[in-house]
Amino acid sequence: MRKACVLLLLLALSACDGRQSMLGADGCDGVLFAGLWQVFLVVTLAFYVVVIAGLAWAMFRRREGGAVSVRTALFAWIGAISVTLVALTLASWFADRNMNRESRPPLTVEITAHQWWWDVRYYGADGPSDILRTANELHLPAGVPVRVILKSSDVIHSFWIPNLSGKQDLIPGRTNDIVITPEKQGLYRGQCAEFCGLQHAHMAFDVTVESPAAFRAWWARGLLPAQRPVTPLQKAGYAYVTTRECSTCHHIEGTPASGLVAPDLTHLASRRSLAAGSYPLDRGHLYAWIADPQGMKPGNKMPYIGLEPQELHAVVAYLESLK
Amino acid sequence: MSDLEPDLARDGPDLTGAALHERLTAAWRREPGFIGWLSTTDHKEIGRRYIVTAFVFLALAGTLALIMRAQLARPESGLISADRYNQIFTMHGTTMMFLFAVPVMEAVAVFIIPLMLGTRNMAFARLNAFSYWMYVFGGIMLWVAFVLNVGPDAGWFAYTPLSGPEYSPGKRVDIWAQMITFTEVAGLSAAVVMATTILKQRAPGMTLAKMPLFVWSMLVVALMIIFALPAVALDSGMLLSDRLVGTHFFNPYEGGDALLWQHVFWFFGHPEVYIIFLPATGFVSEITATFSRRPVFAYPAVVLALIATGLLAFGLWVHHMFATGLPRLGYAFYTAASMTVSIPSGIQIFCWIATMWLGRPRFQVPMLWVVGFIVTFVIGGLTGVMLASVPLDLQLHDTYFVVAHFHYVLIGGAVFPLLGATTYWFPKFTGRLMSETWGKVSFFVTFAGFHLTFFPMHITGMMGMPRRVYTYPAGMGWDTLNLLSSIGSAVLAIGVILFVLNALASMRSGRMAEPNPWGAAGLEWATTSPPPVYNFAHLPTVSSRTPLWDEPGALPVMSGLRVDQREHLLTSVIDAIPSVREPSPQPTMWPLISAIAIGITFVGSIFTPWALVIGLVPAAIALTIWFWPKNSAITPEPEIS
Repeated sequence: MRKACVLLLLLALSACDGRQSMLGADGCDGVLFAGLWQVFLVVTLAFYVVVIAGLAWAMFRRREGGAVSVRTALFAWIGAISVTLVALTLASWFADRNMNRESRPPLTVEITAHQWWWDVRYYGADGPSDILRTANELHLPAGVPVRVILKSSDVIHSFWIPNLSGKQDLIPGRTNDIVITPEKQGLYRGQCAEFCGLQHAHMAFDVTVESPAAFRAWWARGLLPAQRPVTPLQKAGYAYVTTRECSTCHHIEGTPASGLVAPDLTHLASRRSLAAGSYPLDRGHLYAWIADPQGMKPGNKMPYIGLEPQELHAVVAYLESLK
Repeated sequence: MSDLEPDLARDGPDLTGAALHERLTAAWRREPGFIGWLSTTDHKEIGRRYIVTAFVFLALAGTLALIMRAQLARPESGLISADRYNQIFTMHGTTMMFLFAVPVMEAVAVFIIPLMLGTRNMAFARLNAFSYWMYVFGGIMLWVAFVLNVGPDAGWFAYTPLSGPEYSPGKRVDIWAQMITFTEVAGLSAAVVMATTILKQRAPGMTLAKMPLFVWSMLVVALMIIFALPAVALDSGMLLSDRLVGTHFFNPYEGGDALLWQHVFWFFGHPEVYIIFLPATGFVSEITATFSRRPVFAYPAVVLALIATGLLAFGLWVHHMFATGLPRLGYAFYTAASMTVSIPSGIQIFCWIATMWLGRPRFQVPMLWVVGFIVTFVIGGLTGVMLASVPLDLQLHDTYFVVAHFHYVLIGGAVFPLLGATTYWFPKFTGRLMSETWGKVSFFVTFAGFHLTFFPMHITGMMGMPRRVYTYPAGMGWDTLNLLSSIGSAVLAIGVILFVLNALASMRSGRMAEPNPWGAAGLEWATTSPPPVYNFAHLPTVSSRTPLWDEPGALPVMSGLRVDQREHLLTSVIDAIPSVREPSPQPTMWPLISAIAIGITFVGSIFTPWALVIGLVPAAIALTIWFWPKNSAITPEPEIS
């Protein structure tokens, strides 16, 4: 009964598909997962019903008569479990073989996990000049297999976009990879799935699956250097960011800011969220973040700077212009 | 036979009843008072102590769970900080696994197994006392550290490199790893005591094939502990040496390997789950047989299932590591092995249900827990089958689905039977019966609270909520489900509190229990409730699996053990043929003093490696005195004319 309710509930859930749900079936693996999940759910549900029915019968049956050979039933039960397990193992094996199939995906992305954010690099065909660097976001063309190379700079993290695929760990000293083929365009959310320290809860990233044309446009835009500051306020912000504390850690293409240990800011304002998916990216949160990063995400590596109000206005104005 | 001699030294036809009771009590009792309390080697006293301590840790870790559920009741909650939350979930898991679940199973066994075997004490009675002291010192160290804000915060699995020197500076993880050392020593001591007692001290005639099923499960578990716990001792030892003396076992940049930790940890960690679960199946077998008024159906199948589970448990560990990028063909092996382990569990479930079907079940409180166990545990087992599948696991792994799964297996599969067994053996623990009415109330409240807490977590996990997060954003569809879980956790807590209150009230004013209040078949019911300090006036002998059912009236006994000294009978391993009379150790403070010396060494070594060198001296002195030969204690045996 309980399981039946859940079956209905899960089917209902799969229909409404959230942006971080494993039943979305929005990627190639997701479809296989959903199929395999249904097989397992129906089979285990059937076994559960049998066990509970047997238990109820044993508890409440009338005691006279009863010519059932319990011994035969035991052998039948063992046989049924064994056959079912072999079938489920095979189903699982074949589903697994069909996942991650593409051996030469046309697109390669390298993700290096840090406590607690994601450094993302797209490798183009033209060598180093063709590398697009961003952070805490992934843009993927629908229908195109992409190989994601996974590394870690510190502790073990796990890369997971439930709507598109299963998870894969990022382990220091090793290089893992996972092939994802997103099928449906849409906005999704990925999240670190391995406990990685203080702010594990705030280590997410945004995923945009778009048409190949839109993806190419995003890539082309992404390869451009950062926008030049226009207004006086933006110019003041540019001066601060590129000459003071910010530039020691952050990189902004086409400016003197060339730090390598913090998220790339070249096209910061084109992203949807701030601080690895912790807050929506808007003016209010930018102010709050720059004014008090430790209050917003305690323990993260961005220090409290103590900007004067004028400097804060300027820095936010400049960062907002980095489309 | 002669007339009664005043110094007749053995029990027998001439020495029975009150005279025998007086002499045996004189030989087996301990000194009254606090010193005597600290010195005891009586398995019943140690067992009761162990059980009460384990339940205290259950209460502490359960309180932490309630705090976590309060924090997670709504999104973006600021009730507790990330740092505090990470300590709390680490403490919850560590306490539940190392200080409650495994010890409480050993604790019940320490109390009840000698009674089930018809013997007077455990083998190595002082080692048994030592085991308890090491356990309680490890637990105290961990909790004192937590109160001082030095509680571990890297998870109960303490994955490297997060738990290594670079990413967990300070002493928090050292405390965790050293607590492991304490519980290892305690667990291994208890396992050796247990295995030896079961193999060598069974009542004459209780061949291996006639052992109660709970004893079988504890034999398998004791052997599993002996093979599994050294793995985690090695692992935590390497971690400590990485942290304290700068080795690089887990540092990938100096030739170490971050994944090595996981392999060794789960080589212990997966058997650990069955070390908790198998004793619970033993409880279920005992309760089911008693309340169905017939022996468990297909005894050999159940025994083989226990052994098979114990063996298979060592071949599954990689299913905790499907996301680490190991070769996929290798994964297939571990999928198959993980699936296979559900066959023995399925056999046991069948045999219990068949026992009820063939018998005439009475649904008193212990049996209600068994029914609750089957209804709950089977769900956990089936979600376990799902998790064995690589493609499903890669999604479900490290989500709330897994949290739901293992709470179904550990609470439904182990705690429910434990509460049933506590009710069942309560007369032996205390001499009184627990209230049936309050027992039923606490069962239904606990059962409802459990499912309300943990069932929604399956769905929360499928909707993408990862484990071990101190908070979560609103608008992900997780809010209502989390609130349900939090409400459920309060109901569950009320259920457990009712159970404990019932136990406390019944201990003072419950109905006095006769020797065999449930009409059970095992030897533990052949002696009074609670048993005298020497357990049995004459050692019972056994010719079937259900001695009290087959020998209504008087159980056949054997006599001939000395009554002026502590003595127990050793029997052969397979057939339980009497072979040797052996002295049983006197009470002494030295196990406690040794535990204090070794405990100080362990705690000190967190701060300086020299503590190991310096601490060895008092430890060696204490152990030497403990084991000093006691020739003077062996007095010549008075002759019987």
